[in-house]
Amino acid sequence: MSKYMIPANLAVSDTGFLFMPSTGETFTLNEIGRDIFKLLQTGLTEDEVVSSICEKYDCDASTCRKDLDDFLGQLKNYSLLSEL
Amino acid sequence: MKIGLTGLNATDNPGPGVPVARSLKESESLNADIIGLIYDTLEPGVYMKDIASKSYLIPYPSSGLENLYERLKGIHSKEKLDFIIPNLDSEIPGFIKLEPKLNELGIKMFLPTLEQFNMRSKDKLFDFCTKNKIKVPKNILVSSFQDLNSASKDFQYPVVVKGIFYDAYIANNHEEVVTAFKKISLKWGLPIIIQEHLKGSEYNVVALGDGTGRTIGAVPMRKMYITEKGKGWAGISIDDKNLLQISYQVIEAMKWRSGLELEFIKSAATNEFYLLEINPRFPAWVYLGTAAGQNMPEAMIKLALKEKVEPYTSFKVGTMFVRSAWDLITDINVFEKFTVNGEL
Repeated sequence: MSKYMIPANLAVSDTGFLFMPSTGETFTLNEIGRDIFKLLQTGLTEDEVVSSICEKYDCDASTCRKDLDDFLGQLKNYSLLSEL
Repeated sequence: MKIGLTGLNATDNPGPGVPVARSLKESESLNADIIGLIYDTLEPGVYMKDIASKSYLIPYPSSGLENLYERLKGIHSKEKLDFIIPNLDSEIPGFIKLEPKLNELGIKMFLPTLEQFNMRSKDKLFDFCTKNKIKVPKNILVSSFQDLNSASKDFQYPVVVKGIFYDAYIANNHEEVVTAFKKISLKWGLPIIIQEHLKGSEYNVVALGDGTGRTIGAVPMRKMYITEKGKGWAGISIDDKNLLQISYQVIEAMKWRSGLELEFIKSAATNEFYLLEINPRFPAWVYLGTAAGQNMPEAMIKLALKEKVEPYTSFKVGTMFVRSAWDLITDINVFEKFTVNGEL
């Protein structure tokens, strides 16, 4: 299952505010986005992220996985994430 | 220390005088007393509190260097200036020529040589970058309307049409190139530069070279908000080693002596930095560097005084500036006094 790498110097605050020091770009994540991001930072796989989010937010795995794929696509698009 | 500054035009196309003054006044060792050297009676810096203790009108260098020198000599007889920092591109060659005479009066400056100044001019930058293997957008110099017509077959639109000193327009077709050419050449003369238009984000670096090739300070910034005139109205200090490395390379190759601003674009297509311009003085956002931990105007004065200046090695990443517009209220009598007497 896919694992992801987040740029080492990327700063993420508890409010979900992301700052990329090398480019000066900033992004804002909502609460679930912030949780997913923090889980990815700890090195969890996609499956593990899905189960953690489903447990916390009481959602079904297939919906969660679909939304997670969209979200990961956006993060990759902004160079905030790369696949290991 | 009395320091004369030009460029107190904190307008929508701001000069660097006010942020340079702000940086100098924050220096604990200089005890800076700022004397405004003003070209226009409505330069906002004249009316701002805690910037200049006194301001004097001076003639434009284009009215003759002898006029400018005599005026500066007159101001010096009253103020005993220790230092002058010219902050505007167009006046710097004149001040370079006046430097020996001003030195004789006891006024110091820290300027590039004319050769260095010319090396970074818009019509020479392409050659400099090519020679030093620095990425730069392709450009064509156009010295006449005939040149423009014969060169236009090589253009891939859009292109950027730039004046030799100021002004730039993006042109999407031949007609727009012609319009921009006419506008710019009437105002700023020839040649005109037709430059490849690269899409991407704009990044600038404020820096200080000591004249031996060494960089004393350098802070990169990403423009977060750009006005219609292309001016950065908000920005943030960033940590990009590559951008700094290119800046060190430029300063070393030119042996640049003075403050400078390097303007880059990071190509969205290649993710590489292209050098767009080198401005021969501190930029209007130089105070961001000071706030981030590198007071380069202060360091420049110390270099001129031959004090030992160690290069800055760090700065605070994520320091932001946001410019604002603020109406200064003054009385007609103040304006009258400055207009009639030429000093305030």
